[in-house]
Amino acid sequence: MSGHTHNADDRRELQMARSMCWHCQSEMAGEYFCDRCVKVQPVSKDLDYFTCFGLPRRLAIDTQVLESKFYELSRAFHPDFYQNKSDAEQSISLGNSAMLNTAYRTLRDPIQRAEYLLDLEAGSVKDIRTSPPADLFEEILELQETLDEFRESDRSSEHASTLRAKLHTDRTNLEERQRDMEAKLQQLFSRWDALQDRGEATEQARAERTLILKDMRDILSNRTYVKNIVNDLVATIA
Amino acid sequence: MARIVGIDLGTTNSLVAYMDKGTPRVISARHERAMVPSVVALTDNGLIVGDPAKEHLTRNPERTVYSVKRFMGKSLADVQGELAYFPYTLTEKGGVIRIQLGEKSYSPPQISAMILKELKLRAEAFLGESITKAVITVPAYFNDSQRQATKDAGMIAGLEVLRIINEPTAASLAYGLQKKTQGTIAVYDLGGGTFDISILKLKNGIFEVLATNGDTHLGGDDFDQLIADLLLKDIRAQHGLDLSTHPDHMQAVRLQAERAKIRLSEELKTTVSLDLPDGQGRFSRELTRDQLEALCIPLVERSLGPCRLALKDSGLNPTDIDEVVLVGGSTRMPLVRQRVQALFGKEPHCELNPDEVVALGAAVQADILSGGTTDMLLLDVTPLSLGIETMGGVMSSLIRRNTTIPASAKEMFTTYVDGQTGVDIHILQGERELAKDNRSLARFRLKVPPLPAGVPRIEVTFLIDANGILNVMAKDMRTGETQSIEVKPSYGLSDQEVERMIEDSFKFAADDVSARKVIEARLDAGALITTTEKSLTDGGHLVEAEEIAKIRAALSALAAAKEGADPRAIRGRMADLEQAAKGLTVAMLDDSLKQGLQGKKISDVT
Ligand SMILES: Nc1ncnc2c1ncn2[C@@H]1O[C@H](COP(=O)(O)OP(=O)(O)OP(=O)(O)O)[C@@H](O)[C@H]1O
Ligand SMILES: [Mg+2]
Repeated sequence: MSGHTHNADDRRELQMARSMCWHCQSEMAGEYFCDRCVKVQPVSKDLDYFTCFGLPRRLAIDTQVLESKFYELSRAFHPDFYQNKSDAEQSISLGNSAMLNTAYRTLRDPIQRAEYLLDLEAGSVKDIRTSPPADLFEEILELQETLDEFRESDRSSEHASTLRAKLHTDRTNLEERQRDMEAKLQQLFSRWDALQDRGEATEQARAERTLILKDMRDILSNRTYVKNIVNDLVATIA
Repeated sequence: MARIVGIDLGTTNSLVAYMDKGTPRVISARHERAMVPSVVALTDNGLIVGDPAKEHLTRNPERTVYSVKRFMGKSLADVQGELAYFPYTLTEKGGVIRIQLGEKSYSPPQISAMILKELKLRAEAFLGESITKAVITVPAYFNDSQRQATKDAGMIAGLEVLRIINEPTAASLAYGLQKKTQGTIAVYDLGGGTFDISILKLKNGIFEVLATNGDTHLGGDDFDQLIADLLLKDIRAQHGLDLSTHPDHMQAVRLQAERAKIRLSEELKTTVSLDLPDGQGRFSRELTRDQLEALCIPLVERSLGPCRLALKDSGLNPTDIDEVVLVGGSTRMPLVRQRVQALFGKEPHCELNPDEVVALGAAVQADILSGGTTDMLLLDVTPLSLGIETMGGVMSSLIRRNTTIPASAKEMFTTYVDGQTGVDIHILQGERELAKDNRSLARFRLKVPPLPAGVPRIEVTFLIDANGILNVMAKDMRTGETQSIEVKPSYGLSDQEVERMIEDSFKFAADDVSARKVIEARLDAGALITTTEKSLTDGGHLVEAEEIAKIRAALSALAAAKEGADPRAIRGRMADLEQAAKGLTVAMLDDSLKQGLQGKKISDVT
């Protein structure tokens, strides 16, 4: 299972980056500088972050490559190197740098990377959960009650320390759940990458893709939900 | 490209540096040290800056401004708690602090501009060319208003501020250049008024800041204040005197406190003594290092919290830090070194002069901007989260703290009522939940075409540039039209006000040429006075009493002239003094020759 085949999506992205130089109007070959007048070009809004760093659209990426490409592009775009250039070039440099920094921040973190990929592939960032996930419903409802009770209790009372102890246990349990979810995500990530590497265009492969993306989205939003609850819990008992 | 200098505009001391063939160097005026005390005094001969102004701290406390950096980008309400400590008068106009000096009042950027002008003059005199561009450093933890105020100060001083950079990162540039370090470093910068911690990754010439934190209100000044409070209490107990009604003596106490603190970095105990007002004798007490440390430990501990947060934000443990670099005068305190060493578990580096390293780094950054240095690049972060106020007075964060700059975020706005023509936007900076607990940066009204509710779609881009300063742009997504937004800063000078201050300062530009002559003459006079006094001590016994009296008379005539603003008079009295001291100089020369000959004889004999 090697990643030597670029799938159709990757090629389309590269082609979308082709355009004309803003300065000398000559045809551009998809890079960041015009071949003819050497002027920096605004990074296309359609260029996805993976393509920007020359990385395949996978969830396991080589972070060393990511970093060195980030440094390389920083040297190409950073405003420090455009101090003596025209206003137009300075503003392109600023826009490109800001975009590059966002791209790097997004891909560097595995969760943000997955959320971003989900957005690219399925066109939606994440569901924002407002109610607990089904399998945690009872547990979280009870936790909310304990939290409320604790907030209203006299902190020095016997009752408060019982509640505190209970909240500690809840916290441990929830953190365990978070680790479960992360392990499941990891599995999904590997399945996704393997599927992409095979690059099959069968009906079955397409169905599997959809399924993985759906599962990924569910777990990601549950994870965010649980994370917020845990933060709230930690802040309350601190 | 015109030369760009690097400036460290410090709370207590400021410096200017330049790049000399790949090596950054600080600039010192003739016979002077490179550090210019950040003090401005109004004297009978006009405004003076630096060491001569520092002499007026006790003589003329109400008219001598120090630590003005503490007021940059602040409102009076922000500093209410410490007003009592400052002998000069602070007022407020339009959300900006004003400092009363005689008839006129000045904003903090105007006072800072005077310090910047002094540095500009020094650089011009030294480099023999006019200087109009600079990189100026600020504490990493400075917010947008404080950065903007610093930029304003540069403009008022006639400097184009090409870049505002953070002090600890500037230090890392100088450090990295000299040491060729690779790996993860922590820069701990404790100066006179502010504390910063920055964690950086250095790799192949890239200086990537991973996280920064700090306290813009923690520094040597605070240690001095604690010692001063102790002394004042003692004076009250021993002599029944309340010095708070004597601003000049309050200043003397503060200065003695600082000196004692500095001595205790070397010694284990010291004596503090000072004259009491109205000839009521002298106060004196012993202060040990242990006592000093007991006083200061809570403040030093306070600096460790931000260090831990910065480590957490960069996802590192103390053991992941390869090197710890100390910057700022207050890191000379043994207690500070101990605590930092204990936190990071390794001995901190202090080979670079902690007073100069920030200015040197600013010069390196200046050289990068002018295209001289091409292999180094600093990737800094924004220290505080940026957001807007949303319904219910909650802050919604758009750009998180420690995001690499330049950074941008887009937000879509629409209307809630049919025909609504504006949307009010309140920009905030800080880490707290509620809008009111964060720093208000600016408010502005977004213009919207009158349409049914929810139809307009205005995209607002918040961009933090490489200076860490916010720019706002808006675009109507239906028409594609962009809107320029005039952002009224909550705590700062408006563009018009800065304009006016620049004009004001140009009015005085003609005076500047003569001002430089005065400054130089004063510096030379100071040097001559020092050497002559030394000669009197060393060689006074070689000449007649009458001659000594003549020299003393010439000395005081020169000292008087030095206070004045007439460079010719100063030069004239210098010539008089040289003439009067000629006999002494010759006598000392003879004497040293004699000593030399005797020495030779002895060695010949043996
Ligand atoms: N040997 C010493 N021991 C203790 N403190 C010292 C020593 N030398 C200088 N300081 C203190 O260092 C402070 C000045 O440091 P520095 O010049 O780095 O500050 P700054 O750059 O003006 O301030 P900031 O960076 O906060 O704006 C003063 O408070 C001074 O008393
Ligand atoms: Mg400093």
